[in-house]
Amino acid sequence: MCDMTVELAERVRTAADSGMPLHLHGGNTKAFLGHPVRGEALSLHDHSGVLHYEPSELVITARAGTPLREIEDLLAAEGQMLAFEPPHYGDTATLGGTLAAGLSGPRRPWAGAARDFMLGCRLLNGRGEDLHFGGEVMKNVAGYDLSRLQVGAHGTLGVILEASLKVLPRPETEQTLVQERSEAEAIELMNDWGGDPLPLSGACYDGDHLYLRLSGAETAVKAASRKLGGEAHPDPDRFWRRLREQELSFFRHQAPLWRCAVAPASPPLGLDAAQLIDWGGGLRWLASRQPAERIRRQAAEAGGHATLYRHGDEATARFHPLPPPMLALHQRIKRSLDPQGILNPGRMYPEL
Amino acid sequence: MSTAASTVERPSRARIIADLQALLGDAGLLHLPEDLHPYECDGLSAYRQLPLAVALPETVEQVRAVLGYASRHAIPVVARGAGTGLSGGALPHTEGILLSLAKFNRILDIDPRNRTARVQPGVRNLAISEAAKPYGLYYAPDPSSQIACSIGGNVAENSGGVHCLKYGLTVHNLVELEILTIDGERLRIGNAAPDAPGYDLLALMTGSEGMLGVITEVTVKLLPIPERAQVILAAFDDVARAGHAVGAIIAAGIIPAGLEMMDRLAIRAAEDFVHAGYPEVEAILLCELDGTNEEVSEHISQVRRLLQTHGAVEVRTATDEAERARFWQGRKAAFPAVGRISPDYYCMDGTIPRSRLAEVLTRIGELSREYDLAVANVFHAGDGNLHPLILYDANNPGELERTEEFGGRILELCVEVGGTITGEHGVGMEKIDQMCVQFRPLELAQFHAIKAAFDPAGLLNPGKAVPTLHRCAEFGAMHVHQGQLPHPELERF
Ligand SMILES: Cc1cc2nc3c(=O)[nH]c(=O)nc-3n(C[C@H](O)[C@H](O)[C@H](O)COP(=O)(O)OP(=O)(O)OC[C@H]3O[C@@H](n4cnc5c(N)ncnc54)[C@H](O)[C@@H]3O)c2cc1C
Ligand SMILES: Cc1cc2nc3c(=O)[nH]c(=O)nc-3n(C[C@H](O)[C@H](O)[C@H](O)COP(=O)(O)OP(=O)(O)OC[C@H]3O[C@@H](n4cnc5c(N)ncnc54)[C@H](O)[C@@H]3O)c2cc1C
Repeated sequence: MCDMTVELAERVRTAADSGMPLHLHGGNTKAFLGHPVRGEALSLHDHSGVLHYEPSELVITARAGTPLREIEDLLAAEGQMLAFEPPHYGDTATLGGTLAAGLSGPRRPWAGAARDFMLGCRLLNGRGEDLHFGGEVMKNVAGYDLSRLQVGAHGTLGVILEASLKVLPRPETEQTLVQERSEAEAIELMNDWGGDPLPLSGACYDGDHLYLRLSGAETAVKAASRKLGGEAHPDPDRFWRRLREQELSFFRHQAPLWRCAVAPASPPLGLDAAQLIDWGGGLRWLASRQPAERIRRQAAEAGGHATLYRHGDEATARFHPLPPPMLALHQRIKRSLDPQGILNPGRMYPEL
Repeated sequence: MSTAASTVERPSRARIIADLQALLGDAGLLHLPEDLHPYECDGLSAYRQLPLAVALPETVEQVRAVLGYASRHAIPVVARGAGTGLSGGALPHTEGILLSLAKFNRILDIDPRNRTARVQPGVRNLAISEAAKPYGLYYAPDPSSQIACSIGGNVAENSGGVHCLKYGLTVHNLVELEILTIDGERLRIGNAAPDAPGYDLLALMTGSEGMLGVITEVTVKLLPIPERAQVILAAFDDVARAGHAVGAIIAAGIIPAGLEMMDRLAIRAAEDFVHAGYPEVEAILLCELDGTNEEVSEHISQVRRLLQTHGAVEVRTATDEAERARFWQGRKAAFPAVGRISPDYYCMDGTIPRSRLAEVLTRIGELSREYDLAVANVFHAGDGNLHPLILYDANNPGELERTEEFGGRILELCVEVGGTITGEHGVGMEKIDQMCVQFRPLELAQFHAIKAAFDPAGLLNPGKAVPTLHRCAEFGAMHVHQGQLPHPELERF
């Protein structure tokens, strides 16, 4: 528990004055994401501590450096959870890094993404100004939504100091069913069932098997599992955690790992690649040495985009290129929050 | 804003009208005073102003042409959906163009496999669910104005409804937008995938009150229609106890599809009006549960037990669709019902942390005595969104001013306990003063900088949503005179 707001603001102001870029880091777990930043390290790790947690309000507020694990343990003790199931990618993952990276786990299509749970935050903009947007209540439409804008901005629009997140009760019961399927069948089924009123909370395909997680009241889970059929997974929690943390054997491929977010019902992408499908079809992980342009084109044709996630070469852009007018707008937004361009410059795009 | 306008030679009024006519055709432009009157206000009728002209484009090209023209000549543009906004967001600018999206009323595509609907911005909220129904799908956010309000307006206001406790606000149910910037740049924001590259501009656009761009297309997420929905009515002889029951349901891990509360005055007004069969008590709670058959059964019995242990004096469960509708009817009619018992009322909208409910209601009661004005409380209890209705009579000298001051104190109270000055109606014109209560100058300056990234000359909806730093002048709010509601055909929440 430590409040470093004053020091952090001072560091950012000094950087703004001298034009020296800062490289924000929390727990050092997502270093592989995005491009390296050349700049002075600004550690958020020690700016930590849960500030407010009221289980009956379904809200938790914590400083950015608070370990994700600490937050999850605290919630679990009250029968609650971060419903977007953020990946940790290591023991030291922090809340700030989680939000800045904007990553969500298997429950995302049903419960929502990281940004959907962001209620408000306190941040330092690139002038070192300490600003507060949003709040701790579920409904708030005062002013532009600058807190959700920070989610997935990879620290290029502000240093997140504190965040208030909506939390949800843990489901009473969970069960995971496993069925042997082809890729095309799995995609069909995930989307058929996605349109039915079923208590689904996970749907993933590993190349051989379709995994369906059901969550909710015990009777409802039982009824749905009779309807869907399949073998009950013996250790479902471990399976979904290893999926989320990229510990399944698929992720041991040494080829570049691509994250393709697409319209969920898109047919198989048909690229020469090992593949794992999550989010009921909306997320296709590819381990592939195909040219980046080819993968990006396929993903775009399926309504989405492709991120080079791991094992990329230096020369390939990590994030899907933005059309020129969109990039120009991004640059103007970046300048409005960080006029000197000192916060994680180049981490997402060289122009930001 | 005015700085940009002063550097550009502004064409005469007649010139502007002739130029716009050339772009839109005769049928696409209104400029005679009698034609402009229907547009002089939105749902907040206390503020009225005629625009220079009303543009009614039919194609995106025409919208682009209007924006391009406005941009070149530094003419303000105010977008308008259905005009049901309650904060004066679509109040015209006297020197500007009111850009109505009313003709953009087509549903372009329902994609049942991907569970999305692509629609034009003028499509009514309810029309989306109607079109999705044959596929067993619906659009979850359901403002009470849903039969009239447009999806474009919903995006601009980040509208919510009874369902938003469980299913989220507009921002949680959008997939993609097409917008035109004031320079006529056409941008697609988001995409058909669960997320999009770059910054989350979908979040930034949602709730931006027509200040950043004109929305010309909206793709929303559709959800499977739940197998079953059932509502419980619980009566309490103490408002605070009802408040605690709300917390208890949520703490038990149950997220109802709707959790609404009314106090004695609201109940009495509603009962006299629609005869819903409400008991005469201090507070009633309506709790709707939806999901699979099994889940609803299980939750109904759990919630009944919780309500009883938390002091409900009576608990009724609707046994069929007709009874469910009757339970809701009183709640939905609460606004017009209050309109019948008082010459005028002023509808407030603020959010507070749920745990402070009892305290805030007590303080509102004290303020009510201090200002000698009655208050009926109707609210989305599940998410702490209050709609206190202050009853007054505009014919009594000074009462309107007292009402506005009282309303302002309620919003300040919301901020003081950790809440916000607007839960769902937006800032618009109405709450621009209270923005200065919730935000400090540095934050307001940051909002202006964001605005400038989209609209450097400040031509889109100038003077709304974010106060200029030196100006926190007086503006009023939704006043209802003689029960004459701006949109009498709508149910009120
Ligand atoms: C002293 C030091 C020097 C380093 N130098 C380099 C170097 O020169 N080059 C290099 O590639 N790596 C360097 N690293 C590794 C670096 O920490 C990671 O590359 C990167 O910061 C990812 O952050 P993370 O792993 O801590 O992940 P997380 O903490 O999970 O962060 C993920 C993303 O969020 C951003 N972020 C984290 N916290 C916040 C916050 N509170 N507000 C806003 N954004 C936030 C991060 O910048 C990153 O983009 C260095 C690490 C240290 C400790
Ligand atoms: C009886 C009644 C009940 C209501 N209940 C609720 C409720 O339960 N929940 C709730 O959230 N609200 C409620 N409202 C408020 C209102 O219905 C919503 O704010 C609604 O979203 C407004 O939609 P509209 O199409 O009428 O927008 P308008 O009033 O026309 O415009 C609202 C704002 O959106 C902007 N705008 C409109 N269209 C566009 C576009 N295409 N591009 C860019 N900007 C645009 C306008 O400039 C303006 O700032 C209620 C209103 C009434 C009258």
